[in-house]
Amino acid sequence: MALDKATVAHIAILARIKATDQELDHLVGELSKILAWVEQLGEVDTENVAPMTGVAGMKLPRRQDVVTERESVDTVLANAPASARGFFSVPKVLE
Amino acid sequence: MTTIQGKTGEWEVVIGLEIHAQVISAAKLFSGAPTDFGAEANTQVSFVDAAMPGMLPVINEFCVEQAVRTGLGLKAEINLYSVFDRKNYFYPDLPAGYQISQYQQPIVGKGTVYLDLPNGETRAVGITRLHLEQDAGKSLHDQHPDLTYVDLNRCGIALMEIVSEPDLRSAEEAGVYLRKLRSILRYLGTCDGNMEQGSLRCDANVSVRRPGEDYGTRSEIKNVNSIRFVQQAIEYEARRQIELREEGGTVAQETRLFDSRKGVTRLMRTKEEAHDYRYFPDPDLLPLILDKEWVEKIKAGLPELPDEKKARFMADYGLSAYDAGVLVAERETADYYEAVVGGGGGEDRRDPKLVANWVINELFGQLSKAGKSINDIPPERFAGLIDLVVEEKVSARSAKEVLTVMLVTGKDAARIVAEKGLEQVSDAGAIEAAVDRVLTDQADEVAAYKAGKEKLFGFLMGQVMRATQGKASPKLVNEVLRKKLGGK
Repeated sequence: MALDKATVAHIAILARIKATDQELDHLVGELSKILAWVEQLGEVDTENVAPMTGVAGMKLPRRQDVVTERESVDTVLANAPASARGFFSVPKVLE
Repeated sequence: MTTIQGKTGEWEVVIGLEIHAQVISAAKLFSGAPTDFGAEANTQVSFVDAAMPGMLPVINEFCVEQAVRTGLGLKAEINLYSVFDRKNYFYPDLPAGYQISQYQQPIVGKGTVYLDLPNGETRAVGITRLHLEQDAGKSLHDQHPDLTYVDLNRCGIALMEIVSEPDLRSAEEAGVYLRKLRSILRYLGTCDGNMEQGSLRCDANVSVRRPGEDYGTRSEIKNVNSIRFVQQAIEYEARRQIELREEGGTVAQETRLFDSRKGVTRLMRTKEEAHDYRYFPDPDLLPLILDKEWVEKIKAGLPELPDEKKARFMADYGLSAYDAGVLVAERETADYYEAVVGGGGGEDRRDPKLVANWVINELFGQLSKAGKSINDIPPERFAGLIDLVVEEKVSARSAKEVLTVMLVTGKDAARIVAEKGLEQVSDAGAIEAAVDRVLTDQADEVAAYKAGKEKLFGFLMGQVMRATQGKASPKLVNEVLRKKLGGK
């Protein structure tokens, strides 16, 4: 499946990636090739094969309803690019 | 059919509700962080919730149990095989850039909620599905001129999204549905239903159509945090759409916000393309497979739910549908009522209708006036008052006064009656004296009564009650008065 430029521009917006017009032209080719490569999987006949949901052959691990993690604010915010007064802080969001 | 009159004819409003109900659990859906409401910002955040690289979600088994319990309470199909998907969107209070949710294979399928409408009808409302997902954090936009602050305490708490079919036809019905759903959730103990604190939130899908037409285009109203506001938002939105269409316009499928101060809905500025969520199965989580026996065990442990309790109250206690409905709306109220009736439903129980009457009309009224709750008056104490009424030791009128004092002082009924001298006068001599006095004082009315104005009996009766400060036994007064007036 070949993507058109408008679709790639839309994907760029959804992914919050700024792409110039020139870059878009390039990305159209790149993404289309990736899709074409993945689409080879379509050649396999999976008519009577159940969807594979994992390769580990295990069940979904579960936890008990017990509080096991109480991190301090400082620990939680330690890696935040910006924080203030115990909050993560980001450029103002307008709604 | 409920319709709204427009300028060019009648319109039918079609409503479906999406409820987000926070699951009652100690820890979050996929992490071991606590879920306490109102904690200091960012003190309930694990590295999973903060989406630190390399952290993996592990599902909280109890949250799954709560979702199954809720599904069973909604008489819904439980899907033994369900899948968690990533719903992708960017927002600062969603640090992973995606919400773990369920898309095509939710844990709970179709169910039904029954509504008791004010006109006495019962209406079945379809539940489309219930799925488990993570809550997002909270953004604070008003703390700084150029910054938004983010608190991740709520991030990762388990939510049940409960979607109804477009079966509701008026704002009023939407209110009844919300109250009923909240009641069921509280009975089940799966969500506290507190809309003010945001543990129950509602989005409303609203469209209008001419009676008999197919569904019209709907708009979705987000962010409504009380039942009253949901109703206001629906009323406003239905009117807006009707006016739009009557003026030749078309309704756009869009997301709107309800402004509770102005009572209007307005278009969200967010671009529509932001709703391209690109769901895909979360590779960090295997499918959720439930054991049939485990589900059966949860089913066996379900409490008696409002509908069943209401039916039992009507059958066993002989209550009207209305009274039973009022009493079962909250589990605590129903339990309280049964505690007052007492006797384990056997011979020793108090008169169920009398108790219902006193609980609904007098106790609830006085409690709300005093800003108190049933927790402030143990059922045994209230039952003590009922007993005095039944034994005719205090008149109904005085009993109301006793209740008022009881709510303030916490004293027993008998003691209040003794202290205030409110014992019912059942002494025939005293009552006869009072009746004689009234008959002498009201000679004109007595003459009129004897001449045929029989309505005056009530007036004379009232005069005697007043003369005895309401303490006389009404039954005795009635008897004596009739006798003295010539046995009419």
